[in-house]
Amino acid sequence: MTRQSLHIDWTACDGRGLCTELLGPLLVRDEWGYPRAAGYGSDVPIPGSFVADARDAVALCPRLALSLQEVRTPARS
Amino acid sequence: MSTVEMTIPRAAVAPPMGVNRLFAAGAPDLASHLARFGPAPLGLTPGQLLGELEASGLDGRGGAGFATWRKLAAARTSAGPTAYSAPVVIANGAEGEPMSAKDEILLRHAPHLVLDGLLLAAAVTGAREVHLYSGPVQLASVRRAIAERSDARGVILHEAPDYFVSGEASAVVSAIETGVAIPRDRRVRLAVSGLGGRPTVVSNVETLAHVALVARFGAAWFRSVGTDDSPGTRLLTVSGDAVDRKVIEATGGLPLAEALGAVGIDTSRLRAVLVGGYHGAWVPASDLWVRLSNRELEPYGTRPGAGILVALGEQHCGLAASVGIARYLAAQSARQCGPCVNGLPAMAEVLARLAAGGGSARLPDEVRRLAAVVTGRGACRHPDGTARFVLSTLEAFESDVRAHLAGYCEVTHP
Ligand code: SF4
Ligand code: SF4
Repeated sequence: MTRQSLHIDWTACDGRGLCTELLGPLLVRDEWGYPRAAGYGSDVPIPGSFVADARDAVALCPRLALSLQEVRTPARS
Repeated sequence: MSTVEMTIPRAAVAPPMGVNRLFAAGAPDLASHLARFGPAPLGLTPGQLLGELEASGLDGRGGAGFATWRKLAAARTSAGPTAYSAPVVIANGAEGEPMSAKDEILLRHAPHLVLDGLLLAAAVTGAREVHLYSGPVQLASVRRAIAERSDARGVILHEAPDYFVSGEASAVVSAIETGVAIPRDRRVRLAVSGLGGRPTVVSNVETLAHVALVARFGAAWFRSVGTDDSPGTRLLTVSGDAVDRKVIEATGGLPLAEALGAVGIDTSRLRAVLVGGYHGAWVPASDLWVRLSNRELEPYGTRPGAGILVALGEQHCGLAASVGIARYLAAQSARQCGPCVNGLPAMAEVLARLAAGGGSARLPDEVRRLAAVVTGRGACRHPDGTARFVLSTLEAFESDVRAHLAGYCEVTHP
């Protein structure tokens, strides 16, 4: 089964937090403003009900720091 | 003995006995190398060598400890039909970790073994492009070695800058591609898409030198020293109060005390040993019987990794020493990723406040919280490694932590 995973490119993200507006409470801002999902790092599994919002976040991120990937297994080992 | 192994034609010279393997030639020149090891068996099929490497249990000696055969097999599988999709193999001798010296010593004393391993890895993966990346002194030695032989002329050399993350795999690829050795965001593994989008193997130079020996003398020979879960030999860089970075070749699974004793460190006067370098973990001096193997080091949160041991004498405060390292690591952030740029200095400063003494009882929990915040949130593993180190500090020096909170230090004011 595939599911969607949101990848955060930390080298691009500037932490202004547009994505956390769109994807709260899945994504929250850490104390410096960078998006954070409890228990996850750079790749955040997106439940079906959040996929549309996640697409918006990808499209609207001013730094092009976000991407959605279909994953079978974790994207990085 | 596996059937694969028996199909390998045995080398014409006798395999090195005992623990002196990688430096057995005794000198860096080609004649000494060939006299001791014989020529590299380039006629092996990829299947034969991969089978032999799998049976040998050889794992990566750059830190991550990934099974070597699997890494090579993955790049081979991802290979496309054209030169633009053929794999690339990169020998990594960058060694940004300041407490490590083994890769430098290896490249200076046994460059031909590394070149043999690099060419064998290229043959196994079907690579059409081969690179070697290391500091300038090592490159000079490699250049001399290449001039002595005709088969390594195609190896492209690159100078690695001297900072902590310059040897991280994606930083190595960036350095070769763009000249800037900083880690890059990775969505797919390098084995699938690395340098110029081609399947890429970045392999530590010591790993490649072992590949050259396994190809010649076989998996059974490789496993004839060491332990089941840490077979063969590994290079260690051992430091202590009076010992600056001594490199030794040790049997796999050696107890910490023996590794320290081998370079003349008095193990009765230690406080702890940092195992695995600055991204590793402290093992308290009460546990020096622990062996350098994945299984025995796991409870401490580290592994043999790049073979770095740093002994801390009993006259030093573990917390103060750790603050120095945590600050160094924070300053070594490549300053690209928000959580790393902000979180690592924050973590180091909370640890410093704890070490200064008399602080809030909540400081250890704040260190733990920050460690959780930064972990997994960078383009490379620098935040993860730094968090692991800091967490191990709280564990290994637990009684010091309590003492410092109560306002005294076990070492400086007992
Ligand atoms: S919208 Fe993009 S740049 Fe802004 S915080 Fe989210 S990921 Fe970072
Ligand atoms: S995680 Fe830190 S060290 Fe790694 S690339 Fe990002 S900023 Fe640089």
